Amino acid sequence: MIRSMLAALTATALLAPAAPAAAFCGFFVAKADTKLFNDASKVVMVRDQDRTVITMVNDYAGDPKDFAMVIPTPVVLKRKQINVGRSADVEHLDAYTAPRIVEYRDPDPCAPPIVALRVPSPRAKSTAPISDGVARRQRSLGVKIEAQYTVGEYDILILSAKKSDGLQIWLDENGYKTPAAAKPILASYIAQGMKFFVAKVNLKEKSKVGGEFLRPLQIAFESKKFMLPIRLGTANGRGKQDLILFTLTRTGRVETVNYRTAKIPSNIDIPLFVQKDFGRFYKAMFARASEKAGGRAVFTEYAWDMGWCDPCAADPLSNDQLRRLGVYWVPKGGRARRGVNVFVTRLHVRYDAKTFPEDLRLTVTGDRKNFQGRYVTRHPFTGDISCAAGDAYRRRLLQRWDREAKQLATLTGWDIGEIRAKMAKSAKGFDLNGNEPWWKSIWD
Amino acid sequence: MTDAAYDSPAPSVEKTRTRRPAGAPAPLLAPLRDPRYGQIAAQALLISFGVLALGFNLSPLAALAAAAGALVAEYLGRWAQGRAFDPLSPLITAGSLTLLFRAEPLWLFALAGLLAVGSKFLIRMGGRHIFNPAALSLFILPLTFGGAWLSPGQWGALGLAAIAIAGVGSVVAGRAARLDTTLAFLAAWAALSFGRALYFGDPMSIPIHQLQSGAILVFAFFMISDPATTPPTRAGRILHAVAVAGLGFWLQTSWITNIGPVWALIFAAPLVGVLRIVAQPRPKET
Repeated sequence: MIRSMLAALTATALLAPAAPAAAFCGFFVAKADTKLFNDASKVVMVRDQDRTVITMVNDYAGDPKDFAMVIPTPVVLKRKQINVGRSADVEHLDAYTAPRIVEYRDPDPCAPPIVALRVPSPRAKSTAPISDGVARRQRSLGVKIEAQYTVGEYDILILSAKKSDGLQIWLDENGYKTPAAAKPILASYIAQGMKFFVAKVNLKEKSKVGGEFLRPLQIAFESKKFMLPIRLGTANGRGKQDLILFTLTRTGRVETVNYRTAKIPSNIDIPLFVQKDFGRFYKAMFARASEKAGGRAVFTEYAWDMGWCDPCAADPLSNDQLRRLGVYWVPKGGRARRGVNVFVTRLHVRYDAKTFPEDLRLTVTGDRKNFQGRYVTRHPFTGDISCAAGDAYRRRLLQRWDREAKQLATLTGWDIGEIRAKMAKSAKGFDLNGNEPWWKSIWD
Repeated sequence: MTDAAYDSPAPSVEKTRTRRPAGAPAPLLAPLRDPRYGQIAAQALLISFGVLALGFNLSPLAALAAAAGALVAEYLGRWAQGRAFDPLSPLITAGSLTLLFRAEPLWLFALAGLLAVGSKFLIRMGGRHIFNPAALSLFILPLTFGGAWLSPGQWGALGLAAIAIAGVGSVVAGRAARLDTTLAFLAAWAALSFGRALYFGDPMSIPIHQLQSGAILVFAFFMISDPATTPPTRAGRILHAVAVAGLGFWLQTSWITNIGPVWALIFAAPLVGVLRIVAQPRPKET
């Protein structure tokens, strides 16, 4: 059974464990009908002029021997262009760029203002890849094995093909069941001169490496094509899938050329109780934002100078981490400072064949304006507010809560009555209905 | 886009102008019948729609900067030519730029306007400018400055309807004669998109998606339709539109640029300039 790859994203994974399965660019093939469970795949792309480094992570959690993936690439890759990276680096990048909820505490209205800030950062679940694989003999199917390598725990083949029939037969004979829907897509890639990168797990090497999960595969190449192939990922008919794409460039934000790139709603005040269920909130909000855009937008969740953050969901990556992800232009050792020539963008795509028929065509912009998905909660002051300013504060608070409830309902589509009921539980002595005694302000 | 119109105002306007006694000072603004008002209004609507409804990454100051650059260039150019200043054409150029061009330091917008309109006065052949002013800036600046780029994908389905309505409206109201260029370009572009999909065996959802590109519609309605930089005859315009579509499609699908038609329009411009001289010997003002 073929598993598509383009990635499920982490935010949803972390925030939404029930997110649809996904994988990398390409498809993810499993032998036999093993029920696979792989939900969160992430892709990191480093882009500098025509140079691209891609790191692909997935949460494949099945038997390693059943793992395989097929990724179209613009060029034949040499051995040194392929590497096995560290999941931790991607996890760190994921945490650093994750949408975040922040909280403030209302100051004592009867005293000079003091503001406290804390940042609980949502964390991605760790990723878990897997697999299996052995390269098979070449066939007279118009399929040519351009190269064959063992890199880390992976056996990798670089294939070129003349006809999709041949490629599909080759894949089938080598134990991959490809869905019928994949065939025209393979044909299209072949006609465009793309090569195919096929990876399986070398069980012997895997046992040497140990560990439960598969490490991310990395490829580096030079091509005018700045794109992410997602079409094979839609071939299995599993409906909407999520992909989180992290890009690292010298100059600025990355956006899609052939789809609309929108910013995720951000910097919005939401009720305090959402803190306990930020994942559910974010998932609902993302789903609604995606629907409102007709399912056809790519969302920017984070765009920031890699040297700093505010508030930080995680520390910025160190230079060594960045280099391991392919940012070859930063020096070894140390840590980037504000204004560094590395700019990170986190794009979240929810796609299927209908809404995203084409691969993502990307472009690097000169936009270095910082943006983050940030949601604000505010604790009311709970001390004694028996002063004139305290009364005013109380009125403002009721208005604020009303606003927060409405905003939350608009963002998520949740029932406003339920939202108000939940807010009432945490209202701590404030009458949420805002019914002040009629005589309260007669003589004010 | 259609900066071209400026130098060759609609017939009604020309009539008005010729009626003016020689030596009388020209009014600053053209009469309201001038179709360029419609175009400016259409562009202003689109820009507002993009910013308000689609969340364009665009500050109002950027639009002002582009307009300022364009107006200054127009003023200086007209002054050098000894002609009266007319703000409409540079405003249309600035509107076209604002729809597609994006830049990080704001002054790049001003430079884009300055360069676009400046080119009208500096790069000329047979008494006419040869490059579509807005297209020239869209071509040159992203190649020159890291902080300048184009955002062709930012419209979405709603935006497309808006562009189509505004575009058709302004073309029909203003210069119906130039609709041939727009339609020929769109037809050729559609044929190429569908042809490519058939050749690759791709589902038709791909070319349909590709045709829903806001940049293509903006280009078709506001740029290639510019009468000053297209051939004077209908056959010539259709040939030109098809050639621009073909070259642009190739440039875009071979990943040479993300905005193939704009590049193609620039590459084809010198040829159009020559054609104009050869095919249309009647003298033109400007």
